[in-house]
Amino acid sequence: MAQMTMAQAITDALRTQLKNDDNVVIFGEDVGQNGGVYRVTEGLQAEFGEERVFDTPLAESGIGGLALGLTLNGFRPVMEIQFFGFVFEAMDAVVSQIARLRYRSGGKHGAPVVVRSPFGGGVKTPELHADSLEGLFAQSPGLKVVIPSNPYDAKGLLISAIKDNDPVIFLEHMKLYFSFRDEVPEGEYTVEIGKANIVREGTDVTIITYGAMVQTSLKAADKLAEEGINAEVIDLRTVSPIDVDTIVESIKKTNRAVVVQEAQKQAGIAATVVAEINDRAILDLEAPVGRVTAPDTVFPYAAAEEVWLPNDKDIVEKVKEIVNF
Amino acid sequence: MSTINYSDVEKQFETLQVLNTDGEIVNKDAVPDLSDEQLTELMRRMVYTRIWDQRAISLNRQGRLGFYAPVAGQEASMLASQFALEKEDWLLPSYRDIPQLVFHGLPLTKAFLYSRGHFVGGQIPDDVHALMPQIIIAAQCTQAAGVALGLKKRGKKNIALTYFGDGATSQGDFYEGINYAGAYNVPAVFISQNNHFAISVPVEKQTKAKTLAQKAIAAGINGIQVDGMDPLAVYAATKTARENAVAGEGPTLIETLTYRYGPHTMAGDDPTRYRTEELDNEWELKDPLIRFRKYLEGKNLWSKDEEEKTVEQAKEDIKAAIKEADQTPKQKVTDLINIMNEQLPNNLREQLEEYREKESK
Ligand SMILES: Cc1ncc(C[n+]2csc(CCOP(=O)(O)OP(=O)(O)O)c2C)c(N)n1
Ligand SMILES: [Mg+2]
Repeated sequence: MAQMTMAQAITDALRTQLKNDDNVVIFGEDVGQNGGVYRVTEGLQAEFGEERVFDTPLAESGIGGLALGLTLNGFRPVMEIQFFGFVFEAMDAVVSQIARLRYRSGGKHGAPVVVRSPFGGGVKTPELHADSLEGLFAQSPGLKVVIPSNPYDAKGLLISAIKDNDPVIFLEHMKLYFSFRDEVPEGEYTVEIGKANIVREGTDVTIITYGAMVQTSLKAADKLAEEGINAEVIDLRTVSPIDVDTIVESIKKTNRAVVVQEAQKQAGIAATVVAEINDRAILDLEAPVGRVTAPDTVFPYAAAEEVWLPNDKDIVEKVKEIVNF
Repeated sequence: MSTINYSDVEKQFETLQVLNTDGEIVNKDAVPDLSDEQLTELMRRMVYTRIWDQRAISLNRQGRLGFYAPVAGQEASMLASQFALEKEDWLLPSYRDIPQLVFHGLPLTKAFLYSRGHFVGGQIPDDVHALMPQIIIAAQCTQAAGVALGLKKRGKKNIALTYFGDGATSQGDFYEGINYAGAYNVPAVFISQNNHFAISVPVEKQTKAKTLAQKAIAAGINGIQVDGMDPLAVYAATKTARENAVAGEGPTLIETLTYRYGPHTMAGDDPTRYRTEELDNEWELKDPLIRFRKYLEGKNLWSKDEEEKTVEQAKEDIKAAIKEADQTPKQKVTDLINIMNEQLPNNLREQLEEYREKESK
C-alpha cells in the first residue's frame, strides 16, 4: 500500500477507472496537458490519450451538456468544474438536466455522470472558489452528494461514484488535498455512497460532520477529552442521502449531538441533520441538538477567512454547552 | 444551394496595425489624433504599469499581496483602450484589468486591498464609473449590455466598455452580451484581450473560428481585430468604436492580439507546462513598450530621464499605497455581516450580536 495525499488518491481513483472501464472519459478546463489547476488529473492525458482525457472550451454549461450527451452513447463522463463556485454556470445542465434525465425518461435512462470539483475555505482563494454549496445540490432530487474527508475514502468513494448509474456530485475540499497522507490500497476498491463513518468512538456526545470539519472536530474531541468529555465523531462522507441510521444509533448511546459544518447556517446540511434527529431520536435526547456553522454572509473575502470559518474552539464551546445543558 | 464559405468571412478580419515592432508607422490613414502630451502620457502609463506589475509579483511572493493576475505584455491592449474613454464612461473589468480600473480612477490602495481580499477594495468611489473586477468568466458581458441600455435610456452620451479574455468568448454570457447589445443597439464596446491562452488552454482549442472578432457578425454588430501590442492601433480602434457607439451606430467587438508574459495568476500556475520558450520569445519581440518608446524617441517625446522619472514615481506610489493598505483596519466578521443587506434580516441581526461578543474577547 502506498502513502498518498487526497489529491493523489483522487488521481489514483481516476487512473484506476480509466484503466478498468473504457467508457470512462474525463474532461474540463485545463484538465489535459496542464493536469488541472490542482494537478489532480496530472499525467492522465499522457497515459490514456486525448480521446479519454481532454480540455473543454471555457464554458461550464457546455461541460454539463456534453456530459449528458455523452451518456447517450454509453460513456461514463467524469466532468470537472474547475472551482465549485463556477458550477452556477452549469446549474441548468446539472440540476435541471442531468439530475432529471432518469425521471424525464420515465426511469429508462440514468445519467452516470460524476461532477468533480474543488471547494472549501482556508486557502485564500478569490471569490466564488471556496464556497460550500453542497446544500444546493443536496436539495436537488436525483443527485447524490459526496464529500470525502481523507485520502482512503476519497479514492473508494470516487470509484463508487464513477460506477454509479446515477449522477454524483463529488466535492474535494482544497484544504485536504495536500494536508496529510493515508495508506491507500492499489487498484479498485469502493467505499459505499450513503454510508457514514464513525471516525472516533465516544460516549458523551455525538459530533456529526463532514469534509474538512472532520479534522477540526477530531481536534476538538481531543481537547474535550482532556476535560473529561468523551465525544464520538461521525463523518457523514455523503451529505445526500444522509446515513440517518448511523446517526440515530450513536445518539441512542450518547444522548447528545452537535452538528458541525463549514457552510453558512441557513438552510444547510446541518439543518437537515437536526431535522432527521428530531424525527427519529428526539426522545433519546437529553439536550437540544447544537449547531456549529459559519455565519450567514457570502463566503468572506480572503482577509477574513480565519475568523469566519468555524474552528475547534467553536466546537469545544458548543459541545460543552450541550453537555452541560 | 449556396452556403457562405467560411474563409470569405475570415478575410474581412485582417489585423489592424498602425505601429510596427520597430516603432514605424505602417498605416498612415489609421494614425489616431493624439497630442504630444497625450502620447507621452500613454507611454508613462505603460511604463508605470510594467513597474507596478513587477512590484506586485514580488510583493505577492513576499506574502504582502493576495490574488494577482500579471499584466506584463498586455499594457497596450489594456491602457491604450482605456485611454479612449471619457471619465463618465463605464468600465466593466475582469480580474486582470486592474490597471485600467486604476487609470479610470480607482485609488491604487484599493486595488491592493482588493488583491488582499479586503472588502474596502470593492468600494469604488462614487465618481468612478466602474464595477469591481469580475471573477466569473464573461459575466461582465451581459452586464455591459445592461449598463449601456441604461445609458441609452437616460440619454447619456457615454458608453460601457467591458474587458474579458479569449477563453471568455466560449461562455454563453459572451454571446448573450454581444447579442443583447446588438438587439437593443446600445453604446457598448466589448474588448476580448486575446492573450492566446485561457490558463493553459490555447485559443485554438476554444473555437474553430480563426478570429474572435468575427463572432460579431452573428450578433449583427461591428467587429475588428487589432494588433494588441500596438498602442496606436488599440487606441484607434477603441476611439472609433466609442464614437460609433455614442452616435447610435451600435456596439463593437474588438479583439486585441496580445500575450501575457507571466503566469496566469500568482497562485501556482506554471506556464512552462503549456507554452514554449520560443513562443514567449516571439511575443517579447513584439513588446508594446519597446515599439512605443522607439516611436516617441523618434519624435523627441521620450527620454531616459522621462523613463526614470516614471519608474521612480511608480515605485513611490506603490510604496505609499501599500503603507496605506497596511494601515486599513483589519476586516471583521461583523463588517461582513453589516454589508450583506441594507436592513439586516433576523438571522444576521442575531449573528451580529454573537460575533460582536466574540470579537470583543
Ligand atoms: C465561470 C468561470 N469558470 C472558470 C474560471 C476559472 N478561470 C479563471 S481565469 C480562467 C481563464 C480565462 O482565460 P481568458 O478568458 O483567456 O482570460 P485571461 O485570464 O487569459 O486574461 C479560468 C478558466 C472562472 N474564473 N470562472
Ligand atoms: Mg486568455
